[in-house]
Amino acid sequence: MKLLTMATAAIVAASPVMADLVFPSLSYRTGPFASGGIPFADGYADYFTLLNERDGGIGGVEARLIECETGYNTEKGVECYEATKGEGALVYQPLSTGITYQLIPRASADGIPIHSMGYGRTSAADGTTFPWVFNYPGTYWDAASIMVNHALDEEGGSLDGKKITLLFHNSAYGKEPIRTLEALSKKHGFDLNLLPVDSPGQEQKSQWLQVRRDKPDYIFFWGWGVMNQVAIQEAANIRYPMEKFIGVWWSGAEPDVIPAGDGADGYKSTNFTGTGTDFPLFADIQEYVVDAGLAAGDGQSLGQVQYNRGLFAAMLAAEAVKVAQELHGVTEIDAAMMRDGMEALSITEADYSSLGLPGFAPEINITCENHSGPGMAFVQQWDAASQQWKPVTDYMTSDRETIQPLIKADAAAFATENGITPSCS
Amino acid sequence: MPEQFLFATEVVLNGLMAGVLYALVALGFVLIYKASGIFNYAQGVMALFAALTLVGIMDGQVPFSHLINAIFGTEIHHFGWHVPALLAILLTIGVMVVLAWAVQRFIFRHLVNQEPILLFMATIGLAYFLEGVGDLMWGSDIKKLDVGLPQGINDWIDVTTFEAFGYGFFIDNLDISATIVAIILVGALIAFSQYTKQGRALRAVADDHQAALSVGISLNFIWILVWSIAGFVALVAGIMWGAKSGVQFSLSLIALKALPVLMLGGFTSIPGAIVGGLIIGVGEKLFEFLIGPMVGGATENWFAYVLALIFLVFRPQGLFGEKIIERV
Repeated sequence: MKLLTMATAAIVAASPVMADLVFPSLSYRTGPFASGGIPFADGYADYFTLLNERDGGIGGVEARLIECETGYNTEKGVECYEATKGEGALVYQPLSTGITYQLIPRASADGIPIHSMGYGRTSAADGTTFPWVFNYPGTYWDAASIMVNHALDEEGGSLDGKKITLLFHNSAYGKEPIRTLEALSKKHGFDLNLLPVDSPGQEQKSQWLQVRRDKPDYIFFWGWGVMNQVAIQEAANIRYPMEKFIGVWWSGAEPDVIPAGDGADGYKSTNFTGTGTDFPLFADIQEYVVDAGLAAGDGQSLGQVQYNRGLFAAMLAAEAVKVAQELHGVTEIDAAMMRDGMEALSITEADYSSLGLPGFAPEINITCENHSGPGMAFVQQWDAASQQWKPVTDYMTSDRETIQPLIKADAAAFATENGITPSCS
Repeated sequence: MPEQFLFATEVVLNGLMAGVLYALVALGFVLIYKASGIFNYAQGVMALFAALTLVGIMDGQVPFSHLINAIFGTEIHHFGWHVPALLAILLTIGVMVVLAWAVQRFIFRHLVNQEPILLFMATIGLAYFLEGVGDLMWGSDIKKLDVGLPQGINDWIDVTTFEAFGYGFFIDNLDISATIVAIILVGALIAFSQYTKQGRALRAVADDHQAALSVGISLNFIWILVWSIAGFVALVAGIMWGAKSGVQFSLSLIALKALPVLMLGGFTSIPGAIVGGLIIGVGEKLFEFLIGPMVGGATENWFAYVLALIFLVFRPQGLFGEKIIERV
């Protein structure tokens, strides 16, 4: 009898819990990349807390966040995935390109969607080959193309003969834009110079001496963690014109620029979410989450770039849940239903306004063929005096004409390697 | 003068400066290993902890504020004052001395006569403990560290070399400061060990524990002293590295930069740490400059270890380390 009770308890414990909507958060609050990981994780957690406290969950079902510390370490990320997937996980946000690459085959086999929001494997944008992976609202290749477009605008429409250096984290993440930039360098006639920095990037003197010798017209920057702060400080040290130094959206948050003080003034980066707290939703977060003592952090990172991005990721997940609930006519959904919701996700400006986030991000319309959404971003610039990021462009589109064939080719190669027949089922 | 030669000279000069920064970290390892035979895995974290404490004191941050607020429902973060850098440095040294006492009192006093591997494991535990305590005390956000050290290109060197060679060399003012501080620090350490009673006692303990005990030297006191000095060296390293990147948890990884320096210079030699640091700094920068472009770059991390391994093969005790002779 005792054995039977124990066996029953074990089965119940091992079964997915269907009474709530489970969102694992593969966070990193420790280690060299914690400066970006903490505010993102806080934003991700706070949005679900808000929905639970203010709305009673999503469609009447409470959201449950399971946080697992990865330390931005790929092995730990996979361990976190394995440890949490049995909890009824609806979607994984790995927050690391390395972890994303490892999870793509696992999650695809397990039937759990991955949302690598603006990172991860770019060709996962092709939903016919990667049905379980989404990277909306844009990919690294979109970011690279938007940087080139911005440089084109700045140079009067021509980059012919210009020198562009890609300073990148020597990892899967940092190497991701190389292919697109090589294609774009042929198209626009600029010379591309690749300058890798080994992780974590605390010592970059060699790279910046080379920059000083080469005098590139632009530096495109793919850094993360301490690499960002050091690079911006070194750029200031050699007096590189900061308005020509443009980071990807993971290299353009407050912790990246503040340590360099006034030297960081004028540094640019791409971004796809609004910054600051000047959106109606933040009043609710303050009231229902921060003032209620339920905030994941100390409430001081509200409105910062990475906080808002984490909040945006949670909002996209919650909206996909709503679509899935509507599609399947149930409130308690599973991972497969969540995938359907993500693939049918559409968010217009009117939707953003009704969520209390008018103008917060580009409109999104996901289809089976396009899992990366609009591929839009704007360029922001750091104002050291006011300690604020200020947009210097509107949302810009990427050169999808150049990128799309690259995505198709990479996805096709993956499909061939893995015996996948691309389709929209 | 050929352009490539000028570039290479600039790389060598910057390599020497980087080497000084590596040596600053390595010094802490050497001091503790020399006096107690312990390879202190926590040295990098001590640099982080010291820098966190310094910034926390300077900014008037309330230690453990998150914990206090979580328990008592308060909203305390700052005392509302700003402490001048010099006073904050002195207070931080005080904290590091207390830490040295605690490490000795609560960890190593209980591990006397244990195997070296156990002592090493204890320092691993200490590293993680300190990292956690640092996080709990001061929070995990990146902090700007400004103790008034100049940063950025040195204009005088830039202009002078430009006028002489037609190419202005880049030397970072912070690196120059680090070099001056390192020279003073090494000079002070040598003077301390040669000309003070405590310094001579420290050398006696380093030479032979048993003999030192037999003439009435307190091992406890010496070990607290040496951990305090290592804490001070960690503070200096933390200031220099923290000024470059802000004070954040990756600061503890600077220990990885010290390991090849120790392998090369030896674990027991202060001059070895300095010379080792300079060789590693110049070697890795020159290799990156000359060979890096041919192999895709980012060679510095692994090349430092390759260089150290080459030295290790021919001189296992390092350049300045004591040769181990075991009689059977």
